[in-house]
Formats: sequence, structure tokens, C-alpha cells
Amino acid sequence: MDKLEAIEDFKVLQARLVTDRDPAIPIIVISAGTCGQASGANDLIRAAKREILARELTDKIRIRITGCHGFCEAEPSILVEPRGTFYPKVGPADVVKIIEALAQGQIVESLLFSDPQSKQRIERQADIPFYRKQVRTILARNEKIDPIRIYDYIENGGYAALSKALENGQPGWVVDEVKTSGLRGRGGAGFPTGMKWEFLAKARNGRGKYVVCNADEGDPGAYMDRSVLEGNPHSIIEGMLIGGFATGADKGVVYVRNEYPLAIKHLTIALRQCRELGLLGQDIMGTGFSFDIQLVRGAGAFVCGEETALIRSVEGKMGEPRQRPPFPVEKGIEGKPTVINNVETWANVPVIITEGGAQFAKVGTHRNTGTKIFSLVGKIKHTGLVEVPMGMTIKEIVHDIGGGPVGRAPIKAVQTGGPSGGCIPVQRFDLPIDYDSLTAAGSIMGSGGMIVMDESTCMVDVAKYFMNFLKGESCGKCFTCRKGTQRMYEILEDISLSKGTEDQLSLLEELAGVVKDTSMCGLGQTAANPVLSTLRYFRDEYLEHIRNKRCPGGACKELVTYTISEDCNGCGACAKQCPVEAISGAMKQRHVIDAARCTKCGNCKSVCRHDAVLVR
Amino acid sequence: MITLTINGLPVSVEEGTTLLEAARFLGFPIPTLCHMDGLDPYGACRLCVVEIGEGPKAKLVSSCTYPAQEGLKVRTASSRVVKARKMILELLLATCPQSKIIQDLASAHQVRQQRFRQEHEDCILCGLCVRMCKEQMVAGAIGFRGRGENRSIGTPFDVKSEQCRLCGGCIYVCPACQLRCTYTEPDKAICGGCANLSPPCVEKEQFDDMMCYMNPCVACEIERK
Repeated sequence: MDKLEAIEDFKVLQARLVTDRDPAIPIIVISAGTCGQASGANDLIRAAKREILARELTDKIRIRITGCHGFCEAEPSILVEPRGTFYPKVGPADVVKIIEALAQGQIVESLLFSDPQSKQRIERQADIPFYRKQVRTILARNEKIDPIRIYDYIENGGYAALSKALENGQPGWVVDEVKTSGLRGRGGAGFPTGMKWEFLAKARNGRGKYVVCNADEGDPGAYMDRSVLEGNPHSIIEGMLIGGFATGADKGVVYVRNEYPLAIKHLTIALRQCRELGLLGQDIMGTGFSFDIQLVRGAGAFVCGEETALIRSVEGKMGEPRQRPPFPVEKGIEGKPTVINNVETWANVPVIITEGGAQFAKVGTHRNTGTKIFSLVGKIKHTGLVEVPMGMTIKEIVHDIGGGPVGRAPIKAVQTGGPSGGCIPVQRFDLPIDYDSLTAAGSIMGSGGMIVMDESTCMVDVAKYFMNFLKGESCGKCFTCRKGTQRMYEILEDISLSKGTEDQLSLLEELAGVVKDTSMCGLGQTAANPVLSTLRYFRDEYLEHIRNKRCPGGACKELVTYTISEDCNGCGACAKQCPVEAISGAMKQRHVIDAARCTKCGNCKSVCRHDAVLVR
Repeated sequence: MITLTINGLPVSVEEGTTLLEAARFLGFPIPTLCHMDGLDPYGACRLCVVEIGEGPKAKLVSSCTYPAQEGLKVRTASSRVVKARKMILELLLATCPQSKIIQDLASAHQVRQQRFRQEHEDCILCGLCVRMCKEQMVAGAIGFRGRGENRSIGTPFDVKSEQCRLCGGCIYVCPACQLRCTYTEPDKAICGGCANLSPPCVEKEQFDDMMCYMNPCVACEIERK
């Protein structure tokens, strides 16, 4: 690649890439993010390549390998451009059919998406209910770009925002645009990004400044940042370049968790390509602006997502938070002024500069502008990553986009914000999704995890799960966080093992309040949220465990009994799967579980096709 | 000079003064465990928390690490603070009941009960020994390892330290556990000096006790055993 010596060179390159591509040629887009690859997308890629070569269609049909498209339930999926035909859950044999049909300009009806309720076939991706209500400002780009080809990114408008900012030449203009846009940090705290950048821009530049991308994404069940890092790493790089220009920073750091190997690989390739092209390094495009990005890998600690712990980790020390003030904009990495933003925040920056801050602010609500990506998982039909405008109600997201409950049990609650967040019960699903409403309801937006729970979920078990996570991830410095999470877990465990008392419940609440008040960093301060929010809305479940020694959700093993109902048709599938031979019964007769032998492993329930195993 | 208000009283302090120092200057008592004059403040024990700010944004911060700010309003014994201190002392008693300092603190704050399952640990991970070794003795032989439940203090990989000068500073500063040299249980020793079975003194045979310069190093007692 020839190095770009001036902004003009970039514009020429971009124009050439756009005109070089013939938009009429159909493209088979295969989503091969981590979820796609885990479902078998690599086989599809191989099959597609083989088929196209065998039929000598190499200049008639193209293949594009991209990152995640968001509809993880339907992986491995194929999208056919330019029509927009969507094929879910494709197998290698299906690929052959699709290519065969595409060569004639046709589609394969039988492989199209089938709506679970109407049973109708829907061809276009844009018409599928999962996609219809989304506003995919960030995620839609994943479909158009092969993450390891910088030219794909440039052809699709990439780095145009950077060249616009550099051509304008005024760092203050960039900061003003970001302030006008109303962008708030997407990592969870929601601090106004423009204000943070303004602080950094004003900070005295003695020994240099840093901008950091926090790609630690530790929340269990949240993987929004992963899809952006894997599918569109250049959007982060461009965002950081713009941020560096606006604030006077000359160094950038991307702190990515080590458990995202594909993200690390794609980022490394993207950084290398940027340097070759001259978009990173000294005197970028002849403007005098110098900036480079270093990739730092995490080492398996959730607490290193906290900004002061992240700074210590980047410096090579043990990840432990410290007291703020002084804030990182005053004293950050190596004592230099530092701004730390989340992956999604950085991905929004090129969008803001391209369309303007005012235009960006038109999406969303008054103090919560723009879109947010959520990882919608749990007991719903369509799990995946959804990007919606701020202010959409929980009900719309869970039912219209998510498709409603997956089993017979009705939906009970939604957990937002990961282990720092809380549960919102179904009665409050009219709440709009924005920073302030969720905080008022006792939860937080967090980084975007949204776990849907139904009547077969035990809220005590949920609180116990998150407390177990937090006590293992607490750095251990603050006595109250370390011991508090351990003791809260102890009490929750007692309750789930039928040893809980009501005194312990009030102790739990008291302890939760003190942990929240006295911990130094966000981990400890929000550690009590799962407990406090489940107690606020589902106190009766706790009392059921304590007073009646019953678990309504059926998750706490000590408190439940497995029985077989009249729906049993005597097929015997359960008895075959029982590891302790506790099920007996004659063929075609209702079977019986011996409670004394039953270990409550749940095998019988999962194999029963008549829903005849009851867990009470 | 920075002026702030503590419990309603205004006080002017130099920049860089912590809230703890300012409060003590005025004579307001704030309990501490992991704080020691002369060592960098750490903020681990959370006993020194005070309430700052007003209204819904009021929060608790550790006064030993929080720098004084112009116009700050501080309360050292509000009900939120007292409640927090009592719970922290309950947790401390539940972990480390045999420490006299913890017992005294609990008694001084009217904590007469602890409602958790009793544990008997001998370290509250306050980090005083670590900071003593690193800052005062400039040795850095011991440090924190692990995270959360697995956090502990010791030498890297539990290998006997070459940096440790057997000064006993760590034993001296330990506030909660009155850590005694556990030479009868060598696997619990922090300094590991007693694992050195050959006395570090030189040419003892020639000069008898004149060469015994590390008193008590107890190496010859161990050897005699």
C-alpha cells in the first residue's frame, strides 16, 4: 500500500475504491465473528469458495467475510447483497443451493427466515421483526466490511471523518461537535463525552497525553464491544485518531481483554495496515498531527475494566483501583492526563463528525442521545445484539425485537447492567431505556447486557450467581468489598440451601447498604445492586425460600422436588437419561421419580418432550 | 491554603492535606486501622470513612486518602458514617476476633455483637507491613498476591526473600493481629528467617556471643533443637 502523504491522496483513494466496485455484482456476505465461527461459519466459507470456483463464477459472485451481524440466534447466517436476502442457520449443503439459485438471479424459498408466530417466510433482512425496529447506526457497518481489509472500510466512508476533522484543522471544533451531539459514555456511567474531552484538551501538556479505549468488557453475558472490535476495528482507530486530534493527545492505548483472541487479531492487523497507509504515526497525511496506538492485553481481571485499575494494569502493575480525585484527566497513565472511553463511545465518534453533532442528537431522547447496543440474551426467542435508539421501552425490545418468551413460562424480569446492575420486573417494562430511568428504577444501563428471565428463574439464585462472580473478581483491597461480597454470598447460599432465617435477610440488607456506601471503586459500590434490586421487587421469593423452604423458580436444588405429571406418556426417555436410575415405570404408563435417589441433575426435564417433569 | 468545613467548623489547610489530617488537627476523632503516620495512606480498612457533600449526592469516602478541597463540607460522625463503622467492625470481629486492637475499637463504638459466621484469620490485608517494608525499609520483600478471596501477603512465589533484612518492621506495625514471629510454625512465617537453619552470624566459634548482632535471631536456638 502506498503511504498517503496528503489529505488529497486519501480523497483520491476513496473515490477510486468507490468507482472500482460494480454495485450490481451480487455478494454473499458470511458473518464470521466469534459466534458465527463457533456455529460453523468457517465451513460455509470453504463451501462457498469451493462452489464458486467449481462453477467458474468468480467474476459473477463475490464473497465477503465479515464480523457479527447481531442475530446470533440465527448463526451461521448468510446475507445476499444487494437484494438483502437473509438466510438463517445455513449449512454447507445449503450454501450450494444458494449459490446455484443466485447464479440464476433467484432465491431459495425453503431456506428463508420463517416467522415463529405467523409461520410466514420473510426474504429481506430489513423486514424481519428482529431487525425492523432497530436503528443499526454502528452494527449495520459490520455487514459491509471485511475487518481485515482497510480498503473495505475506506470504501464505505471510513476515515472520511478523520480527514474532515484534519482539514478543518480546529481541535475545538471537534470537541464542540461531540458536546453538541450529547454523546454519553457507553461503558455504563454515562458521563458526557464532550465534557471529558474538554477537560483533557485544557489539561496542560507537559509530557504528553493519552486517550484510551476500554475494551475489557467483563460483564458476563455482554459482548457488544466484541462485535465492534472484531467486525469493525477501524471505527475505533478512527474514533481515537479524532479524539487524539481534538484533545492534543499523541498516544493511544487499546486495552483489550485477553479472552477476545479474534478481536486482538483483527486489531493488530488493522493497526498494521493503518501504519502502512500512514494513518498512524508521525505527520499523518502531512498535517503535522502525530498519533500512534499501542495494544495492551488484559490478563483475566474484571476489575481492570475500572478506569484507575486499568491505568495501573497498563503501567504493568497489579490492577487495583485508587481514590479519585485526582481523576485520570488530571493524572492518568504514568501521571499524564488521560481520557478513557468505552469501545462503543469511540465507534460513535466518526458518525458524529460525519453527520454533525446536531443530526446525531436527533436520535434518542433529550438527555440521552444516540443509539445503544444491547446484548439481548436469556429466555427469549431471538437472542443477539440489538441496536436501538435511547428511549425505546423495555417491552418493545423484549417482545417486538426479541420475539417474546422462548418457553411456556411467562417473562418475569430483565437484568440490565451485568453484575453492577439490577432486575426490572415485568410490571415496569414500560420504562424507557435511558441512563436516568434505569437508575431511578434501581438498576443501571451498564455496558448493555440485558438478560431476560422467566418464571423458571429463581431470583435468589440470580443474586447468588452475581455475588459469586463479584467476590471472585473483587481486587480485595477494600475490606468492606472483599469481606462484604464474601459474607453476602454466604447468606445467599444459606438461603438457597434452606438454612436461611429472616434475621439473615435483614442483615443482608444492612450489609449491602454498607458495602455500597464504603467501597472505593465502582465494583464495590455497585456490588450490592443485584441483591438490593431483587429484594426490592422479588422479596416474596426470598421469603418463600426462608419461611416455606420452597424455591418457586426451581433452581435451588435443596428446595425442589422433581415429579412427573399426568402429561407423561410413558416413553421412558427420562429413565434412560437418569444417572442414578431413580425413574421407574412401565411402557406407556406414567413414570415415577424416587425422590430419595433423585440428585436433581435435571436430565429428565431436558429430554422430556411432553413437558411432563415438574420442578417445584 | 484551602478552606473547608468539618462538622460545621471551618479550617484552613495546605494543599495536599488529607481530610483525616485536617479532622485530627481540629481534634475530631476518626478511627483507623491501616493508617500510620510516615507511610503512604492506602485506604484499605475503610474505617476512616467520612461523609462529604450534601443532599442526594453526599457520599462516604476514606478520609486518609481524600485530598482537602476548597469549600468541601465534611461530617465525621453522621448517622451514615456511624452505621458504616459499626458494620465494618462487626465484619472485622467476624474475621479476626483475637486481635486486641479490633476488640478495643469495637467496644469503643458500641459494637457488642457480630452476626456472621465466625472465622479466625490472622491477617486483615491492611497492607501496613507491605508499605513498611517498601517505603521505610526500602526492601520490598513482601507484597500482595492474588485477588478477592485469594488475596494474601507474602514473598514472590513464597520463595525465601533475599531482600528481607529480618528487621521485624512488618511484625512491629501489624495493627490487628499482633503478628508474632511464628518460628515454631515455619510455614506461616512471613520473614522466613527461621527457615535459615544455619546462623547468619560469622565466626561465632572464635568470638562467642560478641558476634551475635541480630538479637533475637533465634537461629542458634533452632539449630540447638
